[in-house]
Amino acid sequence: MKPVLKYLLPLAIFLVLVGFFAASLKHDPREVPSPLIDKPAPAFRLPVLNAPDKTFAPEDMRGRVWLLNVWASWCGACRDEHPVLMEMARSGIVMVGLDYKDDEAQASAFLSRSGNPYTIVVVDADGRVGMDYGVYGVPETYVIDRAGIIRYKQIGPITQKALREKILPLLQRL
Amino acid sequence: MIPELGHLALILAWLLAAAQAGFAFAGAARNDGILMATGVSAARGQFVFCGIAFVSLGYAFYANDFSVLYVASHSNSTLPLYYRLAAIWGGHEGSMLLWTTTLALWTVAVTLFSQHLPEVFRARLLGTMGLISLGFLTFILFASNPFQRMIPAVLQGRDLNPLLQDPGMVLHPPVLYMGYVGFSVVFGFAIAALLGGELNPQWARWTRPWTTAAWVFLTAGITFGSQWAYYELGWGGWWFWDAVENASFMPWLVGTALIHALAVTEKRDAFKLWTVLLAILTFSLALLGTFLVRSGVLTSVHAFATDPQRGLFILVLLGGVVGGALTLFALRAPQMGLGGRFGMVSRESMLLAGNVVLLAATGTVMLGTLYPLFLEALELGKISVGPPYFDTVFVPVMLPAMLLMGLAIFAPWKHAVLTVLLGRLKWVMGVSVAMALLLPLMLGKWTPLIALGLLMALWIAASAFVSVYERLKKREGGIIKTVVGLPRAYQGMIVAHLGVAVFIMGVTLVKGYEVEQDMRMSPGDTAQVDGYGFRFDGIREAFGPNYMAIIGHFTVTWNGRPVTILAPEKRHYLASDTPMTEAAISSGFFRDLYIALGEPMDGQAWSVRLYVKPFVQWIWAGCLMMAAGGVLALLDPRYRRRNSAAMEGTA
Repeated sequence: MKPVLKYLLPLAIFLVLVGFFAASLKHDPREVPSPLIDKPAPAFRLPVLNAPDKTFAPEDMRGRVWLLNVWASWCGACRDEHPVLMEMARSGIVMVGLDYKDDEAQASAFLSRSGNPYTIVVVDADGRVGMDYGVYGVPETYVIDRAGIIRYKQIGPITQKALREKILPLLQRL
Repeated sequence: MIPELGHLALILAWLLAAAQAGFAFAGAARNDGILMATGVSAARGQFVFCGIAFVSLGYAFYANDFSVLYVASHSNSTLPLYYRLAAIWGGHEGSMLLWTTTLALWTVAVTLFSQHLPEVFRARLLGTMGLISLGFLTFILFASNPFQRMIPAVLQGRDLNPLLQDPGMVLHPPVLYMGYVGFSVVFGFAIAALLGGELNPQWARWTRPWTTAAWVFLTAGITFGSQWAYYELGWGGWWFWDAVENASFMPWLVGTALIHALAVTEKRDAFKLWTVLLAILTFSLALLGTFLVRSGVLTSVHAFATDPQRGLFILVLLGGVVGGALTLFALRAPQMGLGGRFGMVSRESMLLAGNVVLLAATGTVMLGTLYPLFLEALELGKISVGPPYFDTVFVPVMLPAMLLMGLAIFAPWKHAVLTVLLGRLKWVMGVSVAMALLLPLMLGKWTPLIALGLLMALWIAASAFVSVYERLKKREGGIIKTVVGLPRAYQGMIVAHLGVAVFIMGVTLVKGYEVEQDMRMSPGDTAQVDGYGFRFDGIREAFGPNYMAIIGHFTVTWNGRPVTILAPEKRHYLASDTPMTEAAISSGFFRDLYIALGEPMDGQAWSVRLYVKPFVQWIWAGCLMMAAGGVLALLDPRYRRRNSAAMEGTA
């Protein structure tokens, strides 16, 4: 690097940052197609929260349409999403919670305090399964069909809009 | 009428800010003393009018003037007076006004305590601060006017967010802003030096007290915020790696690096460019923090996008201030020269290494804070990386800094011999390793993390004590007289470093030994947690000024003897129809007892969370010791003496 150029480096880094901020001024983000869409849901077998002797695997759900919701008690956006999940649970949607890199005591405290929308909650303590599913962060939700194929991925909380326009119509078709 | 008066005052302040920048820079360019003095007067006038605007907004809150949109959205006539006044900074517009008023306050302080500075330098400093103020006032007047009327007025306001109805709200934001905005003075010093083309030890000496003052406020502000989160959020945590917290932590980390870099620049005329870059970076991060928190860009990009004018304005302001400073840096840096040389092992090299570590740590925090934001910008959705990321990345990065803290205070300037240093410190190392290994055994649970945390705390504390001891060995008078007679700056350093040790001790012991239990309790039940008995006596209902509360009654016992009575509350705020949990805490030197009421269960039972948190108060005590260290350093007569010497030099 030329000696004078190195003094421009701080400015260059700053301009990249400003570029990102400028981009964030744009409109509503849309969901992006995940490479896993229309692929079989990666297999795993994980212990069930508060019942470590029991385990759960996606093939247990074969023949049913279900949602895999990645969440954690430390995640603020999950708290925002929680009421929507409760509403979905009341309307009979089958959801499996993947408790991601979490403290089990904190996780069950959260559920006992705020309500448990999940049919079953599995513990992904080291985040390995999250890795297989390509989790960017928490929360994320996967819609998996009767044949065990991922049909839709929601990055970030399920909003009322996403529920109404994407997830519910998809569930009706499946 | 009063809100219009406030609005008018803001417009006048805007004009005076323009005058301050214009006269100061023009005066500096022509070396015209009268123009420069006019800049000083404009700066003082600006403070008066910002103050009038601020008081006017305060009056609107006091008088429940719900024809002012901002008051109607952030207050309510049932809100107690002190919260009505704190509600001035309860929303975006008012926070911006607080920011600008604080800036005007710092500017006045600069005009009062800068007589020793060369006139041209001082004018450039005030000019820079005037430009910043102009930018903010423009933003307030055109995009966030707190005095906007809403005609017809509503009968009742929407109320302050119940989360903010807490004594913490009265203290935390103003102190934090004093810290954020204080770094604008440091920024002004950096710009003035770059404009003048002189970066020298004298510049560092002028900058140091202002940096320390801003840092003290920032430290105290973050501490108050953390305490507030601890008792208000009801989760029992004291730091959540929440984006809002990180936004204040990043300038703190870089500001800490800056304090140490300035010491080297002053004493040894070394790494000047690095220091000036840090000064720019600290203020940039403070600005970023202000905007990230206040613009809503962090809570949701959508909230930001709903008002694109505001978002764009913020971006232009940030771009102008930071981009302008960095451009100036790129233009001037090549002519500055490198300054004093130093050996591979020396106090300079260790302080530089510590600086690099602090910056790397800032980088990890920034990545974890902005990465979710960038994903959202790239339309990949909204996520949270959370504590698992920060715990695994930030803590290991900071370890070398903690080791260096002990080593650097013994290293001589210019050149040190590592073997000699380690020889002097062998007892410190031996004792802290032995105690770190043994203490957890005595406390009942040994894990590598606890031992490591204790090792760091003991190492830092022991090296600080040995450093004082070595100075005392050379004493002539009595011990107390010698300790009091040590240089204030040195005392400040020792107290601040001991504060870090106390802080690490608190964090380690809370993380390692806290006990938490979530349970279902009916009246009459007793739960045993870590030797304490918590008896649930029942609940009663009560009315607050603007809420209804259900208050639990708990008797805490230790070996059957009563310790204290705790009354956690579940409040329902009427105006906003929001529930809030008020934890009940009994604090002590060795432990806190913490109860939060959950949800009512069947019958008379409640879900209850009980915590015993050993040494949690040490966390904040440590932070306040760091701030106290900063105050001691500020009291060093060295600054005043050298300042008057400098005045004679330039006179």
